[in-house]
Amino acid sequence: MANALINAPDRARRGEIIEIKTLISHQMETGYRRSQLGARIPRDIIRLFVCTYNGTEVFRAELHPAIAANPFFVFSTVATESGTLTFQWTGDNGFSATETATITVD
Amino acid sequence: MSGRARRLLVALTIVALAGASFAAEIPLAERRSGYELMSRETRAMQDDDTANPGMLGVLDGGALWARKTGATGRACADCHGEARATMKGVAARYPAYDGTLKRPVNLEQRINLCRTERQQAPALAYESRELLALTAYVARQSRGLPIDITVDARTQPFLDDGRAAFYRRQGQLNLACSQCHDDNWGRKLAGNVIPQAHPTGYPVYRLEWQSLGSLQRRLRNCLVGIRAEAYEYGAPELVDLELFLMWRARGMAIETPGVRP
Amino acid sequence: MDRETSRREFLVSAAAGLGLGAVITVVPAHATPQEAQEAIRKIVGSAPVTKGRVKLELPPLSENGNTVPLTVSVESAMTPADHVRAIHVFTELNPQPEVVSFRLGPRAGRARVSTRIRLANTQTVTAIGELSDGSFWSATAAVVVTLAACLEDA
Repeated sequence: MANALINAPDRARRGEIIEIKTLISHQMETGYRRSQLGARIPRDIIRLFVCTYNGTEVFRAELHPAIAANPFFVFSTVATESGTLTFQWTGDNGFSATETATITVD
Repeated sequence: MSGRARRLLVALTIVALAGASFAAEIPLAERRSGYELMSRETRAMQDDDTANPGMLGVLDGGALWARKTGATGRACADCHGEARATMKGVAARYPAYDGTLKRPVNLEQRINLCRTERQQAPALAYESRELLALTAYVARQSRGLPIDITVDARTQPFLDDGRAAFYRRQGQLNLACSQCHDDNWGRKLAGNVIPQAHPTGYPVYRLEWQSLGSLQRRLRNCLVGIRAEAYEYGAPELVDLELFLMWRARGMAIETPGVRP
Repeated sequence: MDRETSRREFLVSAAAGLGLGAVITVVPAHATPQEAQEAIRKIVGSAPVTKGRVKLELPPLSENGNTVPLTVSVESAMTPADHVRAIHVFTELNPQPEVVSFRLGPRAGRARVSTRIRLANTQTVTAIGELSDGSFWSATAAVVVTLAACLEDA
């Protein structure tokens, strides 16, 4: 079960720079490990993380296997208007997860 | 044997010889959680609930707590209500004596006993994501509370067995737990600081595992580390040792979910 | 490629000898600093990369290479006319040099991102900041990576 922790303020002043923290559960199998029998364990990672703010992309991260398990990002965005922040993770083997957070901007 | 492995063996041998038959308990006032011996960055990871990867397990556990399961179709919540209230202090008292089994059981075993007996649901496998999540969720409700293990006529024999295991030399390296964790805590073992080994943060997010894990998993790692055959999960020897370690950490605060290197 | 048997491999194979099943983490022939340079070239093309304006924060000593906290920031007003377009992170001794690329823009407000990365070895990490005017800036940080003393074998 993919689950995620989002930390974003629910309220901000217009023009304020807000900090957002995201943490998602994912093993991030690198593809470089081998089993006891020597068989390579295939890569299985999150490849992309995108944050959109009322539909406009405001942050993107392109991940490689060197991102630690349970990918964690802290980034910022300007509070421009009230609305919805959407967080989308996609990756190998059809992995897809979405979370949202609402923000009120005065 | 590579140069580094050889040096490790030499270092351990020196530790073994120096520790010979002298095993001094750490005075209560000098006890330190492994938290205090970690780097600033790892401590920061534990301190921030929005950044602590162990909290993902706690979140999962919260969902499982409310999920109806088993032949009875009951959720933990149906009997136990709000965990924040009803589970407060529980993890701080475990391992605890079970009257039916006539021996102490740890928190994971207690959860499985509830599942099989009360919910008529299958037991969850040791180290399964679900069991770790539920245990973390329950233990999280005791965060900040002092560990409080009951020592009475019933638990004493098991506590004694656990203590004997802690001070007994074992494994190919012929090391006792006390030689590292009583006598040499704070010193370095192959680049890492040796902690006093107080299980204050379990289930813990260990960076080495890149996931949550139980105290038994950690104990088995240690046993493998000293080249002893590790007991199976759930073995009474492991629970006795857990009981002793929790008693040894009495009064120290629960930190679950802890983060450790 | 000649690969020095790491302590980790020795101990894991010793544990395997005890009949315990495990996943062996074998560090393969790792990338070289030269491959890291090539990966950086792919991003910057023929443009020069100037040291400066980028700040890379990593602990000088990491207790475990599985999870190393990293913060990278670039001095910039982050206006539509002058902002950071992207930040790229590379290592020189991981199995592959690319770690992550962050795409920013004026809506970020501030060019500062934190994450956690994996480092297979003691090595130097490089961050490249790509600005809206097409210029590239860089910073490096060296990290000593220690391994856990008591290895697992669940």
